[in-house]
Formats: sequence, structure tokens, C-alpha cells
Amino acid sequence: MKILVCITQAPDTTAKIDFTNNDTEFNQQGVTYIINPYDEWYSLVRAIELKEAGNAQEIHLLTVGEANSDAIIRKALALGGDKAFRINAAAKDTYEIAELIADFAKDKDYSLILTGKESIDYNNSSVGTAIAGLLDYNFIGYATSLELEGEKVTCKREIEGGEEKISTSLPLVLSCQKGMAEARIPNMRGIMAARTKPLEVVEPSAIYNLTEIVKYEKPAPKTGVKLFTEDQIDDLVAALHTEAKVI
Amino acid sequence: MSILVYIDHQDGAFKKKAFEAVHYASKIAENSDSNVVAVTFGNHSDDTLNSLGQYGATKVVQLEGAGDVFDTKLYANEIIQIAEKENANTFIFSFDTQGTSLAGMIAAKLKAGLVSGAVDYPDTNDGFVVKKTVFSGKAFAHVKINTDKKVISIVPNSFQFEKSEGNATIEKINIQGDVTIESLEKNTVEKGEIPLADAERVVSGGRGMKGPENWGILEELADELDAALACSRPVGDAGWRPHHEHVGQTGGTIRPNLYIAVGISGAIQHLAGVNSSKTIVVINQDSEAPFFKAADYGIVGDAFEIVPKLTEAIKRFKANQA
Ligand SMILES: Cc1cc2nc3c(=O)[nH]c(=O)nc-3n(C[C@H](O)[C@H](O)[C@H](O)COP(=O)(O)OP(=O)(O)OC[C@H]3O[C@@H](n4cnc5c(N)ncnc54)[C@H](O)[C@@H]3O)c2cc1C
Ligand SMILES: Nc1ncnc2c1ncn2[C@@H]1O[C@H](COP(=O)(O)O)[C@@H](O)[C@H]1O
Repeated sequence: MKILVCITQAPDTTAKIDFTNNDTEFNQQGVTYIINPYDEWYSLVRAIELKEAGNAQEIHLLTVGEANSDAIIRKALALGGDKAFRINAAAKDTYEIAELIADFAKDKDYSLILTGKESIDYNNSSVGTAIAGLLDYNFIGYATSLELEGEKVTCKREIEGGEEKISTSLPLVLSCQKGMAEARIPNMRGIMAARTKPLEVVEPSAIYNLTEIVKYEKPAPKTGVKLFTEDQIDDLVAALHTEAKVI
Repeated sequence: MSILVYIDHQDGAFKKKAFEAVHYASKIAENSDSNVVAVTFGNHSDDTLNSLGQYGATKVVQLEGAGDVFDTKLYANEIIQIAEKENANTFIFSFDTQGTSLAGMIAAKLKAGLVSGAVDYPDTNDGFVVKKTVFSGKAFAHVKINTDKKVISIVPNSFQFEKSEGNATIEKINIQGDVTIESLEKNTVEKGEIPLADAERVVSGGRGMKGPENWGILEELADELDAALACSRPVGDAGWRPHHEHVGQTGGTIRPNLYIAVGISGAIQHLAGVNSSKTIVVINQDSEAPFFKAADYGIVGDAFEIVPKLTEAIKRFKANQA
């Protein structure tokens, strides 16, 4: 059985978020990119574990992005995975990303497609379920564990106010979050091996613009913290009521 | 034309964010001369269904016979069928586990433009533009939807709304679609306890709390505020608190109205999960703790003295209000 792991790059959490070109573009200057944490620690590592346990034979990694994504794809290959693909498009729209992935995957017979629960830059939590919709696969969102037994899948997922253990069947798209696997760091052997693993660049089958970002905006800066002393706690409570209106 | 709203429920009751979604839909309907059709699964009393009318729903469709397991594929297919019947071209969801799952799938199947995580009403001055959060709360993007069909999920607690007079017609439909998911076991918070993702107020503890035995004072504060509990990652990792309470880059993302951080330094990875909170209060003995820079209100001092005093002050405040 073959697993496809969808990986996207995201600015390092400590990166300064700034915009250029009249606030229409994210300013990439000086930004270091990481593998989106949910894709790395949860979906990719779980896929590797499944292969190690003999539940899967082949792991493919896929990103939709431009050439500057190659670094994070190599990093991901250093953790594991047999082969990587990059669809050469600067896509932000959910439909566009999902359609390019679905179009790539449709004749490749993946039993399982893993995504992260969300990208930490666009925070849509949508690409995985959109892929499932386009391929007519089953979908589980916000999964915290995954076990395979033949065609049968057992997993846990987050639900309102708790967790639910469920079963479903392949083929399946699963969006992964914490709990799924323990974080790993690539070792020297992995890093060496990643250099020779294939990374194939695929040109996009079409472009779509169902949505477009017309402008970015930064939240008004915090006006500065208002400090209260131990003896002014009643004033703090009053401020929470009259000023912040949260109690 | 109509606007379709998905209503999530728990144990038969509708939540505040469901009313909020209906309200949001009715605002769009006002400006586009449409009806608001609310769709829910399960079995509810007519009174419960009708209550959606007070927030602007003109019709409520109840889809019965699917059991109570949330099944994205089944639900999405059923909702699309209703949308066709009701001539709906705009779909509203809450930005939560069910809402994002359905919104993304339905948008893909209908080839509709999607905005996930809206924090404002659409601006229709130049096209149809919706503001959403990006970069984990560090910025917003104004997203233009270019398609006739539109799918939007809204961040709960972002909109002011009130109940008014109003009635909805009710239609009940038995569904026959294929079930793809079976529930084996459910673990939800105790009745009366507030799920973290939903909480309007959150009290959160970090390593400064010194050990799990000291959580009593945070629990008392949370009780007084009807707040849920959260924690920093080291606290979860050390097993002081259950892992699902851990918030931040690698944990949950929350957007409460009030976040009270006690003995948490405010590392950037922690802030990534909480900085969309409306109001942040920090209690830390170190006046240099980075969290104060991200806070609205703060007290520099020992948590073990401050927290019980804060709880008392809130009790006094509530007694005065009563
Ligand atoms: C890749 C990565 C991902 C991460 N993801 C997350 C994440 O999702 N969530 C997360 O929380 N962290 C995350 N971290 C860890 C993060 O960097 C911090 O280490 C962590 O948040 C610190 O937790 P803390 O504030 O509880 O502890 P500390 O940093 O140790 O801070 C304790 C604070 O308590 C104060 N204090 C001590 N005693 C008292 C007292 N008596 N009264 C009042 N205040 C007191 C201290 O002044 C100090 O500010 C991540 C780190 C990395 C590298
Ligand atoms: N450009 C992309 N290329 C490959 N996978 C992606 C891309 N964008 C998002 N994904 C996957 O979809 C998940 C959810 O992303 P999002 O819907 O943007 O929150 C991510 O964790 C990735 O696994």
C-alpha cells in the first residue's frame, strides 16, 4: 500500500510577519522556512512508523510550491519517505492546492493521503477535506491516532469537547495533529540518503483563482500592558468588566 | 436564492456559535434579498428547531436517520442536495472541527471559493471580500471570492448579535446516504465542564505553578469565571495536566475573549496558540517576562498570592452585580 504525505512550508514561528507592495504580498525577506509542524511531526512521522511496522510499502511526499520549497522537501526526505514531488505552482487558494494534489494523485492508487490539521501560515484547515471531496475518498479531520489493519482503519479524532475513537475504511484522507506520533529529528544517515532520493518537479495541470488575497493587514499593535499591583486587583476586575467587557 | 447555514449541536442543544452563524447568514441575506435555511442533523424538538428563527433563519431543515456520528462525506453530500433544492449559493459554517471539515469538502465539490476563518462580514463594495485570520493570529488577509457559489466559515465569538422575534418553517427529511464512519467510543468533558476550544474564558498555567498539586487555585479561579483550563507545553509534557489542555504552536489554537496566563513566560511558540484572544491578562513574578509585551493587563507578583486574591475579587464583583 502507498501513502501520500502532503507537506507545505511555513515561516518559522519566530519569523517577523510583514507585508510589502502596498500590503498585498508577504515579505519573504529574511524569513526562514520550516516544514509546517503538523505535516512534519504528525503526518510524516506517522507514515514512517507505518512503513517501519510493515503496514505500508511506499511513502511519497508532495508539496505544491515554488523552487524555494525544495529545501524543506529535502529535510522531510531526511526523516523518511521514498520519493518526493513538487507541483510547481505558487498556490494559496484551497481549491487550487487541493485540485492540483487530487489531479496528481488520481491515477496513482494511494490508499491513504495524510495532511496536517492546518497550515500555520494560512490556517484554513481545509486542504485535506477538499482533496477527499475531489477524489471521493473518506475523510477524517483532526485525527490524534491512526492504526491500520488491512482495509480497516481505526483512529481517534478531536471532537467538540473531547475525543472519539472511530473506524472507517480506505481509501482515506486524514488530517493529523498532536498525539499522532512522537517528533523525530533526522539523523546523519537520513540526511545523506535524502540527497540521492528522487525529487520530481511536476508542472501544474491548470491554474485556478476561485479566491485571491487582495490585501493583508496587521492587527492594531497592543497599546501596552496596563499593570496593576496586588492591592489594585479590584481595579483590574473593574477594568475587565467596563473596559475589556469580558466579564 | 438562499443562504445555507450548518448547525452543529451537542446532546440536542444548539450552541451560541450556531446562533452566531445564523445571525451572520441573515446579515448576508439582508443585503442580497435571500432566505436563510439552517440545516441540522439529528433529532430535535420543534421548539429547539424553531429557536433558530429568532436569529434570522426562515427555514430549518432537519436531516434524520444518520445516527449521531459526525461523518464529513455523508453530511457534505446531504448538505449539497439540500442546497440544490433550496437554491442556495452561499454556505456558512462555524470555524471548528465540524465546520472546517464540511466547508472544505463542499467548496471542493461545488468548485466554490472558500474563506476559512472569517472575522468580519463580507465587504461588497468591490466584489465580495471577506477578512480572515492568517499567520496564526499575527495578521489578517482580505480574501476576494470570485465565484458565484461561496463558502465561509466564521470564527466563533467574533460577532455581536441578539435574539429577536421570528419563526422558521420546519422540514424533516429522512436521509439514506452511505455512512462512512462508525463510532467506537466517545470521551467528552464532564457535563457542565467547558470544552477548551469553545470556551469564552480560559485560565492557563505554566511551569511557574511548580507542580500539579498547585492547580487547585487555578481551578477555583476558572470556576468563578466559568472558564476552561489550559496549560503550556512543558506542563503537558511533564504530565502535570492532560495533553489536550496544551495550547500553542504544537498544541491547540484558542481564541477566547479572556485568556489569563499564570506562571507562563510567553515564549513565541506558546503565543502562537493564544494571541488571537481578545483580552490577555498575565500574572508573572518576573516583570521582564515576554508575555507582558503581548498582554492587555498584568500583575507582577507571586501567583500563589495573586490568584486567590483575584478569585476573591471576582466573587466580590459578582456579588455586587447581583
Ligand atoms: C518547536 C517548538 C514548539 C513548541 N511548542 C509549544 C507549544 O505549543 N506550547 C507551549 O506552551 N510551548 C511550546 N514550546 C515551548 C516554548 O518554547 C517554551 O519553552 C514554553 O512555552 C515554556 O513554558 P512555560 O512558560 O510554562 O515555562 P517557563 O518558560 O519556564 O516559564 C515559567 C514562568 O513562570 C514564572 N514564574 C515562576 N514562578 C512563579 C510564581 N510563583 N508566580 C508567578 N510566576 C512565576 C517565571 O517568571 C516564568 O516566566 C515549543 C518549543 C519549540 C522549540
Ligand atoms: N501548498 C501545499 N502543498 C502541499 N500540501 C499542502 C499545501 N497547503 C496545505 N497543504 C496540506 O494541507 C494541510 C492543511 O492546510 P490548510 O488547509 O492550509 O490549513 C497542511 O497541513 C498540509 O498537509
